[in-house]
Amino acid sequence: MRSLTVPIPEADVRALHVGDSVSLNGVIMLGRDAAHKFMVDRLIKGPVAVEDQALYEELKRLLRDGVIYHCGPVVKKHDDGHWSFVAAGPTTSIREEIYQPDVIAHFGLRGVIGKGGMGKGTLKACQDYGAVYLHAIGGAAPLIAQSVKEVLAVHKLEFGVPEAMWVVRVEDFPVVVTMDSHGQSIHEAVQQASRRKLDALIGLG
Amino acid sequence: MQDLTDALVELVRKASTDLPTDMQRAIEKARDNEEPGSAAAGALETILKNVEMARQKALPICQDTGTPIFEVYYPAGWSTRALTDQIRKAVAEATRRAYLRPNAVDSLTGENSGDNTGEDFPTIHFHEWEEDHLRVDLLLKGGGCENVSAQYKLPDGALKAGRDLDGVRKVVLDAVYQAQGEGCAPGVLGIAIGGDRGTSYIKAKQQLFRPLEDTNSDPDLAALEERIADEANQLGIGPMGFGGKTTVLGVKIGTQHRLPASYFVSIAYMCWANRRASMNVSTNGEVTYA
Repeated sequence: MRSLTVPIPEADVRALHVGDSVSLNGVIMLGRDAAHKFMVDRLIKGPVAVEDQALYEELKRLLRDGVIYHCGPVVKKHDDGHWSFVAAGPTTSIREEIYQPDVIAHFGLRGVIGKGGMGKGTLKACQDYGAVYLHAIGGAAPLIAQSVKEVLAVHKLEFGVPEAMWVVRVEDFPVVVTMDSHGQSIHEAVQQASRRKLDALIGLG
Repeated sequence: MQDLTDALVELVRKASTDLPTDMQRAIEKARDNEEPGSAAAGALETILKNVEMARQKALPICQDTGTPIFEVYYPAGWSTRALTDQIRKAVAEATRRAYLRPNAVDSLTGENSGDNTGEDFPTIHFHEWEEDHLRVDLLLKGGGCENVSAQYKLPDGALKAGRDLDGVRKVVLDAVYQAQGEGCAPGVLGIAIGGDRGTSYIKAKQQLFRPLEDTNSDPDLAALEERIADEANQLGIGPMGFGGKTTVLGVKIGTQHRLPASYFVSIAYMCWANRRASMNVSTNGEVTYA
């Protein structure tokens, strides 16, 4: 198993290929539907409103050579006000396909973690900008929550707990590279092979 | 009338944190069947570790604790209005205890209610029955797999699927293909044939309560369940869509009468975390869980 630490140099990402198991470490940010819509509509397309300026600067710093995780966690707020993660498996990534290439390009992301894989736009962005899609095990929620060692910040909590942008430090977060920066996608390969099999089973083609 | 709120909180805890043993056995068998060292075997191994951790620490198996779907079977004399109130209180309390993620979002404002109650949320179906005890079945139906659930109208020209069981087989296999790994394969398929668009989906979801190892009492449907499971696994989509031998863990089919004009097939795709639990309340008020 390879180990990667955020911030991730481009060369480390370019060395990865589909099928590689990776143990991820460092500070990452959670973001799913509302966060991606917000980032594209309010920050990337611009102009950035005054009230969003501070967050925009923070995200530029966090996401440069960084990683976004598609996840809506179950969290616990402790009496002293600090947060911890209870359950934090990946959510389905394809919903972010319309936003992801822009987010990778604009912020200089090196990795996107989720489940189910993404489409051609993201695959191309991975090639063009040096990024990978990392597949976490869907539903392995407490196991992944155990990798979340610390909650450093939460942005846009008004989106709701699952949709907020949680900034966390992870250790030994287990993922598999299913889309690499060389144009390869396990998802595309499995889809094509299963299409041929389906056609044979139902008498088409 | 007995207040079941606390007992219902415990039912939610069990459903959210403790995978039923039939599901666990099926996943273990699937792991042993995959190539050692493959991404598929690794995914199933991780899933089993996760299930064990969730059970030991009483943590949600999956962070998407889904739509809570309650099927309540009650003898005459219970108030469904009071039971509805208790169920809603119980899910709110279970959310406070982090057995459930706040999952009820206002469709217009996008605001999360914070406690899993809202308009028609959670889902509750009441059935008055002949038995003297009360039974509550609970399914936590995740969103990822709900999004890949599908409904077909036969005949389906593109799939050459006619109004017969072979047509049913074809559209179900198409649904599994379309889902790829996105519904957190390996999944369980709850299927309904017939009904109208609404009742058909409800019937499909109700199939998910059946134990994986049961056999359909209709021999034709029993054979179809087996054949679809076998052929879905031949698609090679595999756990998480990584490729592999295990794409579905079970197929359960129910039927409903339909209009002459309509022939619906509804597929309720359930992820590997088929979280269901059941509670009985006897005539003397004793609560037991299964």
